[in-house]
Amino acid sequence: MKRWLHFPFLALAMLAMWLLLAQSLSPGQILLGTVAALLATHALKALRPEKVRLGSPKAILKLLSIVLADIVRSNFAVAAIVAFPRQKRVTGFVSLPLELQSRAGLAVLALIITATPGTVWVDLDRRRNRLLVHVLDLVDEQQWVSLIKERYEALLVEIFDR
Amino acid sequence: MSGAPDLPGWAALLVGILVIAGAVMTLLGSIGLVRLGTFFERIHPPTVGSSSGMALIVLASMICFSVLRSRPAVHEILIAISVTMTTPVTFMLLARAALYRERLEGQSTGDPGDEDPVHSD
Repeated sequence: MKRWLHFPFLALAMLAMWLLLAQSLSPGQILLGTVAALLATHALKALRPEKVRLGSPKAILKLLSIVLADIVRSNFAVAAIVAFPRQKRVTGFVSLPLELQSRAGLAVLALIITATPGTVWVDLDRRRNRLLVHVLDLVDEQQWVSLIKERYEALLVEIFDR
Repeated sequence: MSGAPDLPGWAALLVGILVIAGAVMTLLGSIGLVRLGTFFERIHPPTVGSSSGMALIVLASMICFSVLRSRPAVHEILIAISVTMTTPVTFMLLARAALYRERLEGQSTGDPGDEDPVHSD
């Protein structure tokens, strides 16, 4: 069993996806989904992904709720910018240093920043670990730096870099 | 659509409001894509459609088909997860390509990485 179950969490997520797609909880579908999930995670092992150790579920839930709230808020902010254009809107790049090292953590941060309207992850300099973000409504550069570092990065460090 | 007349009034109203709200958000995102000035400004509004527009329509679909079939229909959540996880990849690729080209052409984009042009990686 141990030889086949390399990524239990991922296998479980894939089984859940299978059952959602099949829209059924019949024993046959559960069996099929389990076989598919085990085969897929076994194939993933050939890619030798970096081992990820997740931090406390509390931090994950906190990050999730913060991100959801921020996405809702910035949706309205960007929609308002489009619907009611202002004359003096500053847009531009923000460059900030990152402490986060884990590749999985960086991938999640990239998703968060880009999925949130109004900010796009542009470039990460891996040598200096400096991130370049483009911001649509750049009022105060320092405010964006502290937003990304304190709201997202601190929690991501807690979750991934341990 | 043979199933639609079976939808009770309250559900039809709720689903209608959600679908229209989602469509309005997506439309605003698309208008922004057309109307804003520069490439980097225009990359932002479409994310409104791919986040709140998508979420509202997915929610409407979940409510509509849960009520119609009188059992929870939640598989639409997979659409939300896939869209949220894959669209940022495209946005990042586009942004990086634009940045690379502007650095190559020597235009000042006002990005702080400018002191290290082109050969950033």
